[in-house]
Amino acid sequence: MSDNQNDKQQADLQAGEPNQIDLEKRNFLIATSAVGALGCAAVAVPFVASMTPSERAKAAGAPVEVDISKIEPGTMMTAEWRGQPVWIINRTDEMTAELAKHNDQLSDPACEVTSQQPEYCKNSSRSIKPNVAVVVGICTHLGCSPTEKIKPGGDMGENWTGGFFCPCHGSKFDLAGRVFKGSPAPINLVVPPHKYLTDNTLLIGVDTEEKA
Amino acid sequence: MTDKNKSPLANALDDTLSWVDARFPLTSNIKAHLTEYYAPKNFNFWYFFGSLALMVLVLQILTGIFLTMHYKPDAELAFGSVEYIMRDVPWGWLIRYMHSTGASMFFVVVYLHMFRGIIYGSYRAPRELIWLFGVAIFLALMGEAFFGYLLPWGQMSYWGAQVIVNLFSAIPFIGPDVSEWLRGDYLVSDATLNRFFAFHVIALPFVLAGLVVAHLIALHEVGSNNPDGVEIKKLKDKKTGIPLDGIPFHPYYTVKDLVGVSVFLIVFSAIVFFAPEMGGYFLEANNFVPADPLKTPAHIAPVWYFTPYYSILRAVPPILNSQFPGVAAMGLSVVAFAFLPWLDKSPVKSIRYRGTLYKKWLAAFVVSFLVLGYLGTVPSNIWGQFGAWMGGADRATVVARFFTAVYFLFFILMPWYSKKDKTKPVPDRVTG
Amino acid sequence: MKKILLAVLLMPFFTLAIASEEVHLDKAPIDASNHESLQRGARTFVNYCLNCHSANYMRYNRLLDIGLTEKQIKDNLLLAGEKVGDTMKVAMSKKDAAKWLGAAPPDLSVEVRARGADWVYTYMRGFYRDSTRPTGWNNTVFDKVGMPHVLYELQGEQVLDPETHELKLVKPGTLSEEQYDAFVGDLTNFMAYMAEPAKQQRNQLGWFVLLFLGLLLVLTYKLKKAYWKDIH
Repeated sequence: MSDNQNDKQQADLQAGEPNQIDLEKRNFLIATSAVGALGCAAVAVPFVASMTPSERAKAAGAPVEVDISKIEPGTMMTAEWRGQPVWIINRTDEMTAELAKHNDQLSDPACEVTSQQPEYCKNSSRSIKPNVAVVVGICTHLGCSPTEKIKPGGDMGENWTGGFFCPCHGSKFDLAGRVFKGSPAPINLVVPPHKYLTDNTLLIGVDTEEKA
Repeated sequence: MTDKNKSPLANALDDTLSWVDARFPLTSNIKAHLTEYYAPKNFNFWYFFGSLALMVLVLQILTGIFLTMHYKPDAELAFGSVEYIMRDVPWGWLIRYMHSTGASMFFVVVYLHMFRGIIYGSYRAPRELIWLFGVAIFLALMGEAFFGYLLPWGQMSYWGAQVIVNLFSAIPFIGPDVSEWLRGDYLVSDATLNRFFAFHVIALPFVLAGLVVAHLIALHEVGSNNPDGVEIKKLKDKKTGIPLDGIPFHPYYTVKDLVGVSVFLIVFSAIVFFAPEMGGYFLEANNFVPADPLKTPAHIAPVWYFTPYYSILRAVPPILNSQFPGVAAMGLSVVAFAFLPWLDKSPVKSIRYRGTLYKKWLAAFVVSFLVLGYLGTVPSNIWGQFGAWMGGADRATVVARFFTAVYFLFFILMPWYSKKDKTKPVPDRVTG
Repeated sequence: MKKILLAVLLMPFFTLAIASEEVHLDKAPIDASNHESLQRGARTFVNYCLNCHSANYMRYNRLLDIGLTEKQIKDNLLLAGEKVGDTMKVAMSKKDAAKWLGAAPPDLSVEVRARGADWVYTYMRGFYRDSTRPTGWNNTVFDKVGMPHVLYELQGEQVLDPETHELKLVKPGTLSEEQYDAFVGDLTNFMAYMAEPAKQQRNQLGWFVLLFLGLLLVLTYKLKKAYWKDIH
């Protein structure tokens, strides 16, 4: 370098700022900082990733096979998937027919909020088979599990056509898990991804073909 | 405060800084400890190990936090939860190996750091308190390592803890009660594991962090020693008041320490990725067998960093059927370091200006430390027995006794040989 | 002086090599990249070992790592209606096992890390007939072993020559000696893989990390030089 003499003077100045910008220092400072920052980011990845669901959690949350042949028409069963209750309701034809009649009382009758059901359940019955509803039984308000009120009338009043009632804050849902207007819950219950393996075997948790 | 020559962003930063400085001594602290802390310009590679120890401490705390998220301090679940981390937790194996390797590397770095202090006389006045804080850090670190070693709940964890806790029973009169109190049970059990976990993740990390801060505050009060053992504060520039042989810690030693960090990380990563067991010295085979209170493994030994002291424990014979002398000797062998500032009577600090007498004693001490360290990892019958003329004693035990004597003589005789030693004249300024 | 010092320092390490007077162990053919061997070993493990020994920390779907598909795992390895995400458990409880077999068979997830692959490889080939034992079997590397020789139909029956302490095959099994060694080799290879499934990933990643740190070392060294040229 040509500024050897300068260096000597700088040494005497101790920490004094050099008058000219030292390109060697600057370039290596930038390069080291960049590579160092990259390294820190790379180290952060495993630490952040270690907090995502483990293989055990994934195994426990694996798709669940459910035999639905035993559900009498007009009743329901509860399966467990990822630790959450999943309701499988075998609706009678009257129940299914009723769904279309109270659309004006619902917040989202046409299931416009796409996050709440898979594309293939965005239909009038919110299901693959019109008479079988599959719904995650967790209230969209604050996460309580609503109580089954399938029978019309009863303690829910004369106009009740069957559905679910959340004991925590009084949200009401119909037999397709759609929320009634005036409930604290903002949106419909979730329909989980699911598919039929056979006519009577339901697989909850997967909708596409399993990866080979 | 706005300066028209500066960009708006730089001005905003300046304003923020002065806002903070009016409320918290940020700039003055940065000056006092980094940009205007003047360190001798002649540090050699031995001076890397202090900053490296700090880095390993941070690494251990960081990896420890993430391990705690998955580990279960329960005798039924502990062993399984470690394997859970190794297999089921995403990247858990990496974090666990970083922590287990970090434990051993912590001792490597700290031993080298201590050795630096010994050869350059960094414990001498006015740095006695720095040294004492350092010895306290070393003791806390040993406790931290001991408590942590129980947590994987393998056979070595279990029996190691059993043996060490039982050492306390050798204390006359109160010993057995002390052991039982430490364990919280009649044997090492779930209760012991649970409290060791508390010590390992909360109590001792706090103590360590506090001691490290004290160590650094004391250091920055008196200033660093150097390989020549010359006080750089004695010769200052008349105008600026800056020591003639001093350079600002930042940027000079920050960039230099980065080189040390890079080399360390290469060694560290080579172990983590290619030899995390380190031939059984960092992770022992027997610790992959779950703890079994009914079955002691054939050969148990502490982890390598405890073996010199363990050797001393075994070497000292019981007196009047009491193990206490051995236990006391072991304790003393660790605490002995604390007395160095007052045992060393040499007129010079650094080994560079000491004579051959001191150097011979130091060499003898290093050899004792290493041989004792080795003997602590093997069964005492490793070299067979002497004949009847020595009463058929184990050869290794006799060797261990000899080096135990050398180990203690290094300390006991220091006032004598350090004074008698022919020293060389110490220059006024630091050299090369 | 320095040479003597060095000799003293190195002494322990030489004696360490001399001092090991344990049973001779044969070298196990470990090759974590040989997926076919690992798959054969996995099948052997599930068919023979998993009846009594669990591998509680090993998940079936981890076998995707060694080239098996989920369908293959389901069809060939899941014999009792487990799910692919389950760990390799046994139905027997520890208490029952201790009652029926004398001692509970140890979990084998990390057996190779505890004993070493060579030990497992030699052990599985070291069973011999011994009428003094309740099971009728003894073992060269595990004296008075509790486990009977599960693979004797494959290996045949060996006896121990009391003079030379060598094993001799007295009744051949369905496999030849080489075939049996290969069979046990695959099993050991699988058990070594199972003891630390992340090992291959660890070694591969290690090279990238070291390469990166090498670059970092060059840069930090240059940076240090650039700053320190002021200091004399």
